[in-house]
Amino acid sequence: MRGCFLLLTPLVISMAEEEFTDINGNSISLDCQTHSDFCREFTVTSPKLSLRKVMVYTCFVWLFAYAVFFFTENTAVLSSAIILTLAGMMIHIHFVKVDHETLLIIGSLGVQLSSSYASGRESTIFIEMNKLKDIVINEAVYMHSIIYYLCILIKDPADPETVTSVVPLFQSSNPRLNCLVQVYRSCQEILAQSR
Amino acid sequence: MVLKLFFPQCCNTADSGLLVGRWIPGHNSAVVLAVIHYPFIPGQVKKYLSELQSQTQVDLTVLGSWSMPKEGQEGMDSFLKDLSTIFPQKCWLQLSREIGKRGFTCQVVQNNGRLLQDREQKNGEGDKIILIHYDQRKVMLSQLHPVQDVGQKSDVEASELRLVFQTVAQSQPLFFLDKYDDGPLKLSHWQSEGREASIIAELLKQASVPVCIFLTWLLSLWYWFCSFRILHLPPVLFISSKLSTCVQSVYRAVHFRTVFSPKKAGTHVEFMRKANIFVSFLVDIALGLLLISWLYRENRISKLADTLVPVADRVAKELQELLEWLMGAPAGLKMNRALDQVLGRFFLYHIHLWISYIHLMSPFIERILWYVGLSACLGLTFALSVLSDIVALLTFHIYCFYVYGARLYCLTIYGLSSLWRLFRGKKWNVLRQRVDSCSYDLDQNTADTALFPLQLFIGTLLFTILLFLLPTTALYYLVFTLLRLVVVLFQGVIHLSVDFINSFPLFAIGLRICRPYRLAEGVKFNVLCQEPGTPLHLMMEINPLKCSSVLQCYRTPTYSCYPKDSWAGLCKKLFVGELIYPWKQKTDKTD
Repeated sequence: MRGCFLLLTPLVISMAEEEFTDINGNSISLDCQTHSDFCREFTVTSPKLSLRKVMVYTCFVWLFAYAVFFFTENTAVLSSAIILTLAGMMIHIHFVKVDHETLLIIGSLGVQLSSSYASGRESTIFIEMNKLKDIVINEAVYMHSIIYYLCILIKDPADPETVTSVVPLFQSSNPRLNCLVQVYRSCQEILAQSR
Repeated sequence: MVLKLFFPQCCNTADSGLLVGRWIPGHNSAVVLAVIHYPFIPGQVKKYLSELQSQTQVDLTVLGSWSMPKEGQEGMDSFLKDLSTIFPQKCWLQLSREIGKRGFTCQVVQNNGRLLQDREQKNGEGDKIILIHYDQRKVMLSQLHPVQDVGQKSDVEASELRLVFQTVAQSQPLFFLDKYDDGPLKLSHWQSEGREASIIAELLKQASVPVCIFLTWLLSLWYWFCSFRILHLPPVLFISSKLSTCVQSVYRAVHFRTVFSPKKAGTHVEFMRKANIFVSFLVDIALGLLLISWLYRENRISKLADTLVPVADRVAKELQELLEWLMGAPAGLKMNRALDQVLGRFFLYHIHLWISYIHLMSPFIERILWYVGLSACLGLTFALSVLSDIVALLTFHIYCFYVYGARLYCLTIYGLSSLWRLFRGKKWNVLRQRVDSCSYDLDQNTADTALFPLQLFIGTLLFTILLFLLPTTALYYLVFTLLRLVVVLFQGVIHLSVDFINSFPLFAIGLRICRPYRLAEGVKFNVLCQEPGTPLHLMMEINPLKCSSVLQCYRTPTYSCYPKDSWAGLCKKLFVGELIYPWKQKTDKTD
């Protein structure tokens, strides 16, 4: 292929990685990369899949299957337990377990949200700047706790004053307010430039 | 303000020359479509661009200059700067790239000669530049969703990305000149290495026009046949609206006309609709032929016909036993002897008629079924519609019983409710469509709205009679409604599968799996590596549409509507005794 560019080499302007916690107390890390004056990328990395948990679940399921086999003497129970465990694990790492979430903000072009799953699958949304009204931190009351979350307010270009929808960010990693404030400040700097 | 430049990946290693493209109106951005190499004559460049402009309706202009100096080509820079005087522009771009470096440098010269450089200003003034690399062939073939008509929104309101995609898609004639052409101009774009074409595709395109004309003529013959007066008599129309085979054939005829019309599909939506219907036709006919080969292989169809009459007999016998049971003491309930006997004998006589009718038809069943089975070559949906019609015809007696039972029950319920209102001193006001109160006044002036004692006495009698007959009629109604619901359920399953085959967009799903860039939901950006002193480089890739959105967007609309009553409405109708038709099909009048 002619003219291929190398993607994301370490030659970036500046990057910073910090440790924070999410709302449940697990430790997450925030990575800010500044590609240029008006282009920044924030990556929130969730804790990886814990091997201990996987082993515990697998042993539990298989012991249960052996117990059922002991009573029924039917080998279909064992094979179905194996298949179930494998299928469950594959579904979990491909659809459920999020490895890191990225927010790429490019002034006067738009904002890109991307979730990367444990199996490597990436799901991306790009929101153009003319549809973006603002980026704010909202608070939500959930059961007994108040959660802060960063969200993008979407507007219709024909009707700039009304907010048509709200897109919440970092839904799987759920960082706490201190992390959100840092991202918020950076984004507002860039948005102020492009207004 | 930031200047955004969309640059095709194929031109990354092109020789020096002029950049040709379009300035996007309303946004501070430009799309580069091709590079014209040296040597060229400016007059010919202008002529070529104006020709293309009239052909494609895209306002192509010379955007600037591109310089990638090879050995022995120094000194181009000054030549390039002088070009801006030959092609007067509002803004002149000077892109340059050196061998060995990855980044481009870009300078923008405004009309008044003011030079704006990027990233050199300390106080943040001046234009900044973003270079966005895109794959030209994929963007040209891709369609952004949700699909909008070309002339629907004005250019200013349309989003930037949509305009970029539209520009590249409409500039197809620009990409026809490749390096083997002997014209005065040498261009560089995604097809400049040589245009590719497939002989089979070209032959099919040439052959498709006469085939389409021939098939449209056949279809017009069919329409002429259907326009005979004898087929427009009310009984025939009524029967044909009830038979699902006729409905399905009308629907498929409309599809046939859409697909094989000689007119080329204009918009993307029309093209996808045609392609989906065509693929659905092919799959349908293939499955139908498979079914025929299975049915006729070991003479299975004769065996099927041989079991049909015994099955119908068996069903009739079971119904007879059921009626005998109802005429006795069903489930321990005590029925009204006289009404029970009347209803039971009435229905038994019907069954007797039905059995005689089936026995009359039995010698011809095998032949009829053999020929009807051949109709499956028109498609699996036809075979399923025929099956549904056969089931409807064979269970016609159940339908009749259901109607009789429901009507009787309905009358009973209405009578009871009206007489019950009588006791409470209320009356149904037909004019106002509501319940009004009625007095027992015997005054002459209000004679027409008063209730006489005689009315009350007769009302009481009738109410008592109806009330004590209610269990019997209710039981008959219940039994026949359940039987009818079983048949309706079976027919419903067949209709749903026919509907599924009719409406599933196989071509769109195939396109999404094999060529995901054709159906785009949006774009993805990746930041490419940076070198200090160069503008920001981004790589734009196409984000394909999700499969669920593909299904929702490209589903072919079908004629059958899903049950329009909710569960609560259905239960209410059942309770009151109204006739239910849960799978009623859409007609044009009710749309």
